[in-house]
Amino acid sequence: MKYMHLIWAALFRRKTRTILTLVSIIAAFLLFGLLDAVRTSFSQAGQSANGAQRLQTSSKLSFIQTLPQSLEAQIGAVQGVKTVTYANWFGGAYQDPHNQVFSFAVEPNYLDLYPEVAVSAAERKAFDETRTGALVGERLAQKYKWKVGDKIPLQSTIFPDKSGSKNWSFDVVGILHSTDKKTGGFFDQMFLLNWKYFDETTPYNRGQVGWYVTRVADVNQADRVARAIDAISANSDHETRTQTEQAATASWMKQLADIGLIVGSIMGAVFFTLLLLSGNTMMQAVRERTSELAVLKTIGFSNVSVLAMVLAESVLLLVIGGLLGLGIASLLIPVVSAGSGGMLNLPTVGADSWLLGIVLMVLIGLLVGSLPAWRAMRLNIVDALAGR
Amino acid sequence: MGKLIEIRDLSKVYERGRQKVEVLHHIDLDVDEGDFLALMGPSGSGKTTLLNLIGGLDAPTAGSISVGGQRIDQLGAGALAKWRAARVGFVFQFYNLMPMLSAQRNVELPLLLTKLSSAERKKRAAIALQLVGLADRASHKPGELSGGQQQRVSIARAIVSDPTLLVCDEPTGDLDRQSAEEVLGLLRALNRDHGKTVLMVTHDPKAAEYANHTLHLDKGTLVEAVAA
Repeated sequence: MKYMHLIWAALFRRKTRTILTLVSIIAAFLLFGLLDAVRTSFSQAGQSANGAQRLQTSSKLSFIQTLPQSLEAQIGAVQGVKTVTYANWFGGAYQDPHNQVFSFAVEPNYLDLYPEVAVSAAERKAFDETRTGALVGERLAQKYKWKVGDKIPLQSTIFPDKSGSKNWSFDVVGILHSTDKKTGGFFDQMFLLNWKYFDETTPYNRGQVGWYVTRVADVNQADRVARAIDAISANSDHETRTQTEQAATASWMKQLADIGLIVGSIMGAVFFTLLLLSGNTMMQAVRERTSELAVLKTIGFSNVSVLAMVLAESVLLLVIGGLLGLGIASLLIPVVSAGSGGMLNLPTVGADSWLLGIVLMVLIGLLVGSLPAWRAMRLNIVDALAGR
Repeated sequence: MGKLIEIRDLSKVYERGRQKVEVLHHIDLDVDEGDFLALMGPSGSGKTTLLNLIGGLDAPTAGSISVGGQRIDQLGAGALAKWRAARVGFVFQFYNLMPMLSAQRNVELPLLLTKLSSAERKKRAAIALQLVGLADRASHKPGELSGGQQQRVSIARAIVSDPTLLVCDEPTGDLDRQSAEEVLGLLRALNRDHGKTVLMVTHDPKAAEYANHTLHLDKGTLVEAVAA
């Protein structure tokens, strides 16, 4: 620590250059913090105690392939299945095709399988009794200022009614509240409509469902139950794949995009650029100080001390920039989440991300500083003092 | 007074690419403890090379150098660095101060290699600065000081760890006459009043007059010794 003032002074010897380098490090680690939050958010999707008790059964071919409605009774008869329900993607948009709404046509018992979604008994009753009724997620309702009693027009991007029009009309009969904001933010965005209304109105469905959701009696039997459900449709034209909700969500997201790969690729490119940029800064900084380093060696600083000081300078540069970047990311993430209107429910920069970030800062710092530090260590005093 | 420096059959050959340049040829030299010795000679005569060898900054090609009874030509890089830190103070022509550190911090540098506390380091640096007449400039950075003042700071840095030997390479080469005389007066005071052995390379005969002895080097050989 007694060399700290020396390292600090060397670091800020050229203030403008150091600050510009710091800004690029801050930007890199800010991006790291934000993208890591996105990655974590995607990887946590579907992870909850309730989610562990639910299995999702969809077509083995693709999640957009439908399954026969007649499977419900057969799935319900599998030993270990407590409750079974089904749903279908509705693909609604509000006012503008860009305003996509997470809308599902669901069987009346659908919410029985989702205890983490709260809705009042009166509203639930109204949903069951109102053919055109809809239950709307809390955030979605806030976003469009919908309230119970409102008539909401939605345009389905997939399903027309019998006349061929894709314009549907719903009556808001209740508001859905997610009881676990950390893992259940998605439910606050949902729009649920009655299966009966959907099935009777569109000629496209014809006894088909999008997917089944099963609640198992014993989590430890989930694998066996999943295999038994898939065995029902084995060798048929509608073979199924049954997975835990977490696996199904991950699989669904992977069909959209491999977030881990995308985030990893972006961060790889960012850190590689950072490596070149800060490496160049350190090389310049040490080259400029050749005679000063020679003086330090002259007055008795050992080769190892000089090596350690240059490495410490490099690591300090990365740590200052990295901590600031991750700190800003921590402050920005709630703002980004709030700004997305609940579409993004990013977790804050967690202990794991901080730890990974700090390890990256130190590693990049050591890597960036290694060549200039090696040169400083090998510096010949006489040649350096003579300006050779 | 006993001998501080004993040099025997010292040679130094530099290799510049394929070319070998013999800078010093079979030098024998003794320097008494407490002496003030000026080394003069034309450019390329080997003055600075000899000074660097005595100061432990370079290794001889042949021969031996003993300082205070220790064969420094036999020390490894680490041991030599420790020896320099404890026994030698260096004064350069262009001061070679750290531009981003204050005078006080510059003077403290050699003390960072000791186990002294921060308070003790500050105290000793303040004393050294007082000794060179710059106590009121402690917080100034080198860029805020004149050439003469910077050289005095560099002398304070050289003496702060109380070394036996001061090695000065053209200490007045970059100074005006008045500043040069102040610096030389300071070196003489350190020699006379504090018993420091001073070895000084100079081109300036007036500077050499401050020394007790002047040695002349020509083409890597000591050609004469003149008592001041």
